[in-house]
Amino acid sequence: MSAPAPARRDFLKYSAFLASVMATLPPEAAARMVEALAASRRQSVIWLSFQECTGCTESLTRAHDPDLEDLLFDFISLDYHHTLQAASGEAAETARRQAIAQNRGKYVVVVDGSVPMAAGGVYSTVAGRTNADVLAETVQHAAAVIAVGTCASYGGLPAAQPNPTGAVPVSALITDKPLINIPGCPPIPHAIAGTLAYFLAFGRLPEVDAQSRPLAFFGETIHDRCYRRPFYERGLFAHGFDDEGARQGWCLFELGCKGPVTYNHCATGKWNGGVSFPIQSGHGCLGCSESGFWDRGSFYAPLSTATADIGATVVGAAAAGALIGAGAALLSRRRRPADGDAGANPADGTKG
Amino acid sequence: MSLLDFARGPALQAAIAVCAAGSVWRLAGILLQPGRPDRSPARAGALPAPLGALYSIVRRMWPRRNFVQATLFTTVNSYVFHLGLAVVVFGLAAHIVFVRSLIGVEWAPLPSNLVYGAGVVTLASLMAALVRRLMDPVTRLLSRADDYLSWTLTAVPVLTGLMATSHLGARYETLLAIHLLSVAALLIWFPFGKLMHAVLFAFSRGATGVRFSHRGVRL
Repeated sequence: MSAPAPARRDFLKYSAFLASVMATLPPEAAARMVEALAASRRQSVIWLSFQECTGCTESLTRAHDPDLEDLLFDFISLDYHHTLQAASGEAAETARRQAIAQNRGKYVVVVDGSVPMAAGGVYSTVAGRTNADVLAETVQHAAAVIAVGTCASYGGLPAAQPNPTGAVPVSALITDKPLINIPGCPPIPHAIAGTLAYFLAFGRLPEVDAQSRPLAFFGETIHDRCYRRPFYERGLFAHGFDDEGARQGWCLFELGCKGPVTYNHCATGKWNGGVSFPIQSGHGCLGCSESGFWDRGSFYAPLSTATADIGATVVGAAAAGALIGAGAALLSRRRRPADGDAGANPADGTKG
Repeated sequence: MSLLDFARGPALQAAIAVCAAGSVWRLAGILLQPGRPDRSPARAGALPAPLGALYSIVRRMWPRRNFVQATLFTTVNSYVFHLGLAVVVFGLAAHIVFVRSLIGVEWAPLPSNLVYGAGVVTLASLMAALVRRLMDPVTRLLSRADDYLSWTLTAVPVLTGLMATSHLGARYETLLAIHLLSVAALLIWFPFGKLMHAVLFAFSRGATGVRFSHRGVRL
């Protein structure tokens, strides 16, 4: 199938959009991206899906500006993807091997899902091979690895306690390749498409934070950019999902919103073509782009509260304290001289 | 486990357990001591014991007239500090939900910026109290490690809370974790040092008030 060459206007539009979304890029980056994207051939991408729910792919299919079709026809050659490719079985695996052979050292591997390592990795297999095996073979000649979603980035839900499959993130297995994490459950489509386009335009991965997340999309907390932030400053909070505060759109901090400690692009990039994001829909942020978010206590416990059962702790500790205090007082009574005896009067510190 | 997870989990739980056990232990140890009945007849016009206690608790919230000049700084600074701290502790929404999680009681929060301002005043007041303590030869001579430790464990949560609110010096989650850990340290020390005066002042003043009013001493 021959696709028409993308119009320069489309490139300009897309590149300017990416440059504005990737706030760390200088203004002149749009022009450089136009030139680089126009001159480059489509980037070979091999997408591996391991222990995942397909939410990350769902997110990608809902990308806008560019949408998935633009991405596939203009920018990348998606040579292998379980869910999206037409081929299946041996034909699909052959496509993957061919992509590796034809693009040695140049292709990008995108991984969604964590990798099970317990019991020899048998909890998830593709074409009879463990995920770890397929990953090692595929990444061997890759130019870069992009871990998409919280499962690939941190282990995610499969790694939640007690982690029965021994799930690990991609970064635990791949240490000798440029690797970037795009966490989120699922990640925002901009972040996936933008990172791919950046690599295509500049031949390297974008600048990252300490958790290997692109700063352009994960440089600020959701709280920093939340449109409900003014209500936080004014001390106006919703106390329930259907109270007056919720109807007025007040801050969701007291309902357990994790926006203040969650680094992501949701509040500005939003979802479904920039229509909304969870907080705008009335639910607090779950912190899904942070590691271990599933095991960090209740989604509905405010950040300033303890994650343990404090009520039982207070009752138990107070009872123990009362017991010790009563014992100490009893001992003191026994040691004290009988009332009326001459001696010290501890009540007022004077001599009797 | 991240620093914030540790602070919100085991650290806070252990600190609250120590604070609750220690506070109840000290209170029980004091209140369960046998009373020493004063067998002397009460002075004519002496207040009943509960009123004498209450009068002493309230009356000692400000100095006698002849001591006003000498204690002016301490009195004013103490009021500024305690009121500021009360606004910070009981006015910020994040603190109110913490209290709610402990005892199920809540109230309307104050605007965050107002609480922030109160926090700055509180910290300035704490600094003034420390400078005064160090500059005055008498208070310096009387000060022990407990005094400086109690000051530090009070000042650090205020400072780290301000830093967390203003995102100053580190990422928010790190600042929040440090703030929670400093609160945990404060809670652990609370029952064992002079910070316990927050609870014991009423009992000590009340006991003095009962004794003095019985003997006809005018407070």
